Amino acid sequence: MSDLFEFVLRLGDDALVAAQRLAEWTTRAPEMEEDVALANIALDQLGAARLLLTYAGELEGAGRDEDALAYLRDDREFRNCLLVELPNGDFAVTMAKLLFLAAYQRIQYDRLVASSDERLAAIAAKARKESAYHLDHATVWVKRLGDGTDQSHRRMQAAVDQIWPYTGELFAADEVTARLDEQGVVPAPATLRDEWLGTVEPVLTEATLTRPTDDWGPAGGRDGVHTEHLGFLLAEFQVLHRAHPGASW
Amino acid sequence: MAAASAPAPAPRAAEAVASAPRAAAASAPREAVAAVVDPEIRVVTIDDLGILRSVQEDPDTGRVTVTITPTYTGCPAMDVIRADIRRALAAVGHPEAEVHTVHSPAWSTDWISEVGRAKLAAAGIAPPAPAAPGAVPLTLAVRCPQCGSAETEQVSRFGSTACKALWRCRSCREPFDNVKAL
Repeated sequence: MSDLFEFVLRLGDDALVAAQRLAEWTTRAPEMEEDVALANIALDQLGAARLLLTYAGELEGAGRDEDALAYLRDDREFRNCLLVELPNGDFAVTMAKLLFLAAYQRIQYDRLVASSDERLAAIAAKARKESAYHLDHATVWVKRLGDGTDQSHRRMQAAVDQIWPYTGELFAADEVTARLDEQGVVPAPATLRDEWLGTVEPVLTEATLTRPTDDWGPAGGRDGVHTEHLGFLLAEFQVLHRAHPGASW
Repeated sequence: MAAASAPAPAPRAAEAVASAPRAAAASAPREAVAAVVDPEIRVVTIDDLGILRSVQEDPDTGRVTVTITPTYTGCPAMDVIRADIRRALAAVGHPEAEVHTVHSPAWSTDWISEVGRAKLAAAGIAPPAPAAPGAVPLTLAVRCPQCGSAETEQVSRFGSTACKALWRCRSCREPFDNVKAL
């Protein structure tokens, strides 16, 4: 299995699982405008996932298209980070997840524009513009809730504390990223972290929130070792396709 | 994903085909394609929006190849646009046309033509501000397309389609869409 296939699958699975989680808010968001906003962000993530998984399928060369990769893999074959599969929680948890994910995707795509792999660079150039809007949206909400009422502050802080440990996995290197970094295809994950902190920390400060300390850091998503939440997510996401193979309407 | 790949049925062809110049017949595939309207913002064509990148006709075989680019990666209108392009070309004698999708260079609202901007404004949709380098979100005043007032406020950065934000005019109190700079 090629390194690039593995890497593109990680990015694609991050976007796909994030899209599914965000879509769970549809008809349930706290206000109409937010319902539309979260659905729009989910759609952007799905769009990026389709481009990335289509490309991953071609790199693999085993005849799997975007649908085969999205609908016919089991949880152990998914390569998304744990952060995106965590349940939505309350609205503050969803915004903490979106802030951390969008900041990471924005910086990752920004750097991938310079990738020696032209196809990946083109997808990144497209997706980075959309990530900027996602980041902006999450930033506004985290500030508003953090620097809001006592209750909104308390819940936003709890959300940040809950999600923070899962951000460490985003910047963990392994053999795949090390080899691709040497070839100039992808940036070394650790080199993204300073810029990510430079994006996220000022938001937390302005939101009067305390930046959690770096301590326990769960990981395993990139190796297919997931939380128990992913299996339930995939069951709902894949059931129709698996129950009616090849169906179209 | 399965739904998106399903072939679109024929009936919706009428509008796009009707707006293609009939007299041009097989000699003008570009005009036919350029007249295809955007399925979500039906006052502008795909050419006005800059979605249409090129139309090439092979001088030997006469085969037409159309290249388009999506506004947003997840734009759900792309399948309909592809189908409408094929129908428009079939109507001027090119039933075998190919439609390619490219993502680089990435679409920008700066590609919306002056004609397109005027059509959007006339339909009550505020045209986008110039896109900033590096896509840093801008907070410039957006003029109300109804009364022209600059006293407006953003209600939500995400609107009825992926490419639009929802705004409200503080002068005439009307809500309106704004095509987001991208």
